Amino acid sequence: MEVTKVTNEQKLPRIERSHVLVCAGAACVASGAEEIQRRLEARIQELGLNTEVAVYGTGCVGTCDLGPVLIVYPEGTFYVKLKPQDVDEIAEEHLLKGRVVQRLLPRDPSRHEIPTISEHPFFAKQVRIALRNLGVINPESIEEYIAVGGYAALEKALTMTPEEVIKMVSDSGLRGRGGAGFPTGRKWAFARNVQADQKYVIINADEGDPGAFMDRSILEGDPHSVIEGLAIAAYAIGATQGYAYVRAEYPLAISRLQTAIDQAREFGLLGKGIFGKLDFDLEIRKGAGAFVCGEETALMHSIEGKRGEPRPKPPFPAVSGLWGKPTIINNVETLANIPPIIEKGPYWYSSFGTETSKGTKVFALAGNINNTGLIEVPFGTTLREVVYEIGGGIPGGKEFKAAQTGGPSGGCIPKELLDIPLDYESLAQAGSIVGSGGLIIMDEDTCMVDVARFFLEFTVDESCGQCTPCREGTKRMLEILTRITHGEGTLQDIEKLETLAASISRTSLCQLGITAPNPVLSTLRYFRDEYIAHVVEKRCPAKVCRALIRYEIVPEHCKGCTLCAKFCPTHAIRGERREVHTIDPELCIKCGECLARCNVGAVIKV
Amino acid sequence: MKTLEDLKRVREEAIKAMKVREGEQRVKVTVAMGTCGIAAGARETMSALLDELSKRGITDVTVTQTGCKGLCEQEPLVEVTIAGSDTVSYGKIDAEKARRIVAEHIVNGHVVGDYVITR
Repeated sequence: MEVTKVTNEQKLPRIERSHVLVCAGAACVASGAEEIQRRLEARIQELGLNTEVAVYGTGCVGTCDLGPVLIVYPEGTFYVKLKPQDVDEIAEEHLLKGRVVQRLLPRDPSRHEIPTISEHPFFAKQVRIALRNLGVINPESIEEYIAVGGYAALEKALTMTPEEVIKMVSDSGLRGRGGAGFPTGRKWAFARNVQADQKYVIINADEGDPGAFMDRSILEGDPHSVIEGLAIAAYAIGATQGYAYVRAEYPLAISRLQTAIDQAREFGLLGKGIFGKLDFDLEIRKGAGAFVCGEETALMHSIEGKRGEPRPKPPFPAVSGLWGKPTIINNVETLANIPPIIEKGPYWYSSFGTETSKGTKVFALAGNINNTGLIEVPFGTTLREVVYEIGGGIPGGKEFKAAQTGGPSGGCIPKELLDIPLDYESLAQAGSIVGSGGLIIMDEDTCMVDVARFFLEFTVDESCGQCTPCREGTKRMLEILTRITHGEGTLQDIEKLETLAASISRTSLCQLGITAPNPVLSTLRYFRDEYIAHVVEKRCPAKVCRALIRYEIVPEHCKGCTLCAKFCPTHAIRGERREVHTIDPELCIKCGECLARCNVGAVIKV
Repeated sequence: MKTLEDLKRVREEAIKAMKVREGEQRVKVTVAMGTCGIAAGARETMSALLDELSKRGITDVTVTQTGCKGLCEQEPLVEVTIAGSDTVSYGKIDAEKARRIVAEHIVNGHVVGDYVITR
C-alpha cells in the first residue's frame, strides 16, 4: 500500500484565524452592506491579512434596525449601524491589533456595550430552528451548509420508508407556517395515498402580508435548507419534480435560490440517483406579485400559465393539483423546519411550544418597537416577552396600544391581552391568527379605525375580482370606513360593517375574502369606543384622521419666531415677527409641518 | 452524491474551514499585536503560526491577537493556553520559533523551555 506523504502542495483547506460574517439580508443590503463588505475586503487585502481573515456574506441576522451589521469570529463580536468608514477601524484595530472597537458595539438600555452577539438580549429568548443558519453560514456555499449538517437529514430520510418519514413529520406536530396552520404530516399523507403516474411538490414563497419577510430571509440566508426540506417531501409523497414559486419582487432570494439549486445539481443532491435512491429536480417559477397567488389553487394556476385565480376546494391539491396531478404546497418556513425534525426526531421538535402548537414560529417584528427585525420563538411565548424583552419596548417612552398579527387576514390584540401566549389557539380565541407571522406593534398614537382601513385597502387592491362577496363587499366596507375616518359616518354604518363582514366571510370563495373582514371585526371588538368617537363625537382619539383634527397655536407659548409660517406649504399661518401667530383653518391642509418645526411646543393637535 | 460517505467527506473538509466560528477551542494562541509587537515582527509570527497550523491540518486551535502586554522588550510575545493547563508565555518569537511552538507545544504537548518567559 502506498503511503501518502503530506506535502505543502497537497490541497488542504486554508485555515483562517478569523471569519467576518457581513449580514447580506435585504435590509442590510439596502442600508449599504455590500459597500461595507467590499471596503472591508479591500482593507484586509491592504493590511496583508487576506490569508488569515476571511469575509463572507451571510443571511439575515434579524436585527434589521441595527443594520448594516457584521460579526467577527471566533470572538463573536457584533458590530452594528456601520458606515463604510467604520470598516477601516475594524480592520486596523480589531482584525490587525485585536482591539475591539467599543464605539461600534450595540448597547443595552443602560448604555453599556454588549460585547458578543450571543449576549445580545434580542437573541437570548429566541430558539432558532427555521432560522438556524441565518447569520451562521454563507448562503452561497453548499459546503458550509453541509458542514453544519446539511443534507444529512435527506440521506437519513432515504434510509426510511416514505410512511416512516410522514409519521415523523406528523408526530412532530409541525403545522403549515404560511398561515392556515394545517398539519404538514397529514397533508403529505393525503398526497402519498393517491395513486398517480406523476406527483409534484411546490415551495410557496409568494409571501405577501405587509411587513412579513421571513420566507424571503430564509431563501436569502439558507436556501439549501428549503431545497432539502422539499426533497424530503418529494420522497415522502413520491414526487419527482418540484417548483419554487417565488415572487419576482424578491430578486436576491431568487438569485440565491438559483445558485443553491445549481450547486445541489453539481453535487448530485438534485437530479437523478440522489444517494442512489431518489430522482428529484427543482425549478424556479417567478410570480408577478399578486397577493392572491399565495393561495394554493391560484398559485398552481399561475405556474400553469393561467390567470392567478383561486378555485373552489375540494378537490384539494393533494388529490388534484398542478396539471391535475397530486401536489403538495408547503411554505418556505415549514420546509426549513423539516431537516432538523428528521435529524433530531419528532419529539425533540414537539418539546418546544404548547400542547397544540408545537415547535417555534418566526415573527417579523415591525412598527413602533425598538428592535425591529426577524425573531424565532417557541409557540406560547407571550406577546409581552416579545414586545418588552426581545423587542426592547416602545420607542420614545410611548405606551403600547395594540399588536396586529397575521396581516390582512388577522386582527389586533389590545393592551389588556399583552400576556397572551402567541400560539394558534390563543390568537384565534382573541379574534386574530398567527398567519404567516407578521407582528406589527402600534403605540398610543395609532388610530385603530385607520389601521382597519389600511388593511382593507390592501385587500380591496389585491382581491382577484372573481367572486362578488370579496370584490364588491370589501369595497363597500372600505367606503364605510373611509366615511367614518372623514367624520361622516353614522352608528348604522358600524352595524352595516358587521353585517357585511359576516356575509363576506361566509360566502367568499377563498381565504383572501373569507378572512378580509378580520382586521375590521377585531378592531370593532376591542376598540369599539374609537369607532363611536369617530361617528358620534366626530373626534379621532389618537389624532390621526385628518378630517377630525385641527392644528392650533397656543398664544402663551408662541414666541413669534416665524418658523412655522416659513415652512407652511399653503401659507395658512399669519403673524408678525415676535408676535403670536395664528393658523387659518380654511387654508390649513393639516400636513403637520408646523408642529414638526416649532421649537417651543406652541403648535398643538386638537 | 451517491452515498453517505460522499457527504461525510465533503462535510469534514468544510468543517475544518469553519471551525473558527465556534469560539473557544482546545488550544488558544494569542499573539500580542500592539505597535511594539508589530514593529518587532509579530505579523510574520502570526503568519507563520497560521501557515504551520494549516499545513498540519490542525483545526482545534483558536489564534487571536491582543494589544501591548507591557513587556515590549520581549516582543513578539506569544501565549499558548491548552484547555486545563496554565498559560505559557513565550518571548521574542520569530517565524521559525513560532513553527517550533506549533510542532512541540501544540501538537506534542511539550512546552518549549528555551523561549518561555513565565509559566
